[in-house]
Amino acid sequence: MTRIVAWAAVLLGCLYFLLPLAGMTEFSLKMRRGVYSFDAYVKVFEDPTFWATFGYSLTLAAATIVFGVLLVVPTAYWVRLKLPQARPVVEFITLLPLVIPAIVIVFGYIRLYNTSSFLPLTGSAFGTDILLTMGYATLALPYMYRAVDTGLRTIDVATLTEAAQSLGAGWFTILARIILPNVLVAVLSGAFLTLAIVIGEFTMAALLNRPAFGPFMQLLGANRAYEPPALAVIAFTITWVCMGLIQLVTRFSKHERAKA
Amino acid sequence: MAFLDLTNLEKTFGANRVVKDFNLGIDKGEFVSLLGPSGCGKTTVLRMVAGFETPTSGSIRIDGQDVTDQRTNQRAIGMMFQAYALFPNMTVADNVAFGLKVKGISRAEREARVAEMLRLIGLPDLATRFPFQLSGGQQQRVALARALAPRPRVLLLDEPLSALDAKVRVSLRNEIRVIQRELGITTIFVTHDQEEAMSISDRIVVMNGGIAEQAGAPFEIYNNPRTRFVAGFVGTLNMFTATVESQQDGLLTVAGQRVLLPKGPITARDGDTVTLALRPEAIRLGRAEGREVVMPATIDEVHFLGSVIRVRARVAGTVVALDTFNRPDQPPPPVGSAAEISFAASDVILLPE
Repeated sequence: MTRIVAWAAVLLGCLYFLLPLAGMTEFSLKMRRGVYSFDAYVKVFEDPTFWATFGYSLTLAAATIVFGVLLVVPTAYWVRLKLPQARPVVEFITLLPLVIPAIVIVFGYIRLYNTSSFLPLTGSAFGTDILLTMGYATLALPYMYRAVDTGLRTIDVATLTEAAQSLGAGWFTILARIILPNVLVAVLSGAFLTLAIVIGEFTMAALLNRPAFGPFMQLLGANRAYEPPALAVIAFTITWVCMGLIQLVTRFSKHERAKA
Repeated sequence: MAFLDLTNLEKTFGANRVVKDFNLGIDKGEFVSLLGPSGCGKTTVLRMVAGFETPTSGSIRIDGQDVTDQRTNQRAIGMMFQAYALFPNMTVADNVAFGLKVKGISRAEREARVAEMLRLIGLPDLATRFPFQLSGGQQQRVALARALAPRPRVLLLDEPLSALDAKVRVSLRNEIRVIQRELGITTIFVTHDQEEAMSISDRIVVMNGGIAEQAGAPFEIYNNPRTRFVAGFVGTLNMFTATVESQQDGLLTVAGQRVLLPKGPITARDGDTVTLALRPEAIRLGRAEGREVVMPATIDEVHFLGSVIRVRARVAGTVVALDTFNRPDQPPPPVGSAAEISFAASDVILLPE
């Protein structure tokens, strides 16, 4: 009896999430009257703006991931190794982006880094891109930090560090050759989550007036009927592929270790 | 001057003085064990030599060079840890080669040294394995090879056998000793296992409460403990309360029996109460030639261990442990029976009060 109730709950949950998705997908296929077709998808893919914005967001996602890894891995490592008492404070800071809306952060950026400020980043496209990358890194911080911290928890950071030091290694070598490779799966999980966040992010890119994928989706949604759901399905697919890659990387890593 | 010199080493953590005025000189190629109970400061001393802890005061010199303020990676030491600490992302060969790579040694030389090290530890066929594919003993052997590969000046062993099962522990400790002798590398071994320390060390430093209570060869430490702590910590001791009859002659009375110490005068005064100690192997069940002190006893427990029979007997209100070799023609005494024990006065250890 309990099993039936459990399965019924799972089924209900699936229907709750999948029905709207199925409805949206079905609608995206109805561009040609009377038959199902991929016309809406073709239109989206034929639009050069789609590729330009998607490429732009991908580039910024890559930059965000690199910056995030360079910021988070040494920080989480150092906190675990030398400053365990500072852990609650660091965790609180990394959680702030979840409670401070992106619009507040971006207005703060514009106030601080406008053309009349001491660091006029918004004065050039490149400067604004840097600002946007920092913003994305802030938004992805809770996920990246937790992923890396969980990875660090699985290894004996202190002893491995001491072993490497006794063999003559300095901090950079320890981080690059011992710590990072051992938390790579966790870092990749954080990276894919970052990618998913950056691809769908609208507020920061729109307010900083940059040609990102999020504002493109919004623009298309405001002016067309069938292309927006097609684009939503594409965006969902990208996110799911990212999630799938996290799983794959985790399994691949275990498989490699077992095989070797 | 010793090869490794620890002079007036002190270490405090807050208000806690963990190591107090610790002095030790270790000659080149010597194998010294730091032995003591948990919290006695032995690991802290080792970590200060490694550079993981900075001494509050005192100095550390290796081969005449003051390394007190040097970072760990500049000290040219090799270290083995209790938790193996092999790098999980690297193969056995890569683990062993790590220190060589850091030193900038050429690939060809690296490969040759790795092969040499793996031969030395008896695992030449496991170069491509990952640590998680090895047993505990194999992992610790690899850790030894990794520590030795860069040819360190000093080898530091931080309870490297504690995580292994008993059989592997004995075989690996013997291997460590053979390799250490072969390479002639100066070694400090930290352990709380007295048997381990006695079996492989040139010298043992017994530590208690942050100080070195006694340093000496295992034979010396075991047979002539200088403090009550050393006597109690190293090996098993049977203790008797005795009264000094003649300080000048070294004559004592134990439960009505006279014991004339052959070493002559003692420091206690006539009439004082002192503690005598005897190792289990110094006591015989029954009378024996050359064992002039005989005392009546009651057998409390008999444990047949194969080649050795461990007997616990009650003597003058004290439980005494003694070991006798198994003899097929002489069955162990029944529990509860009356017996006699004997010992030689020359085997008596007079413990300082």
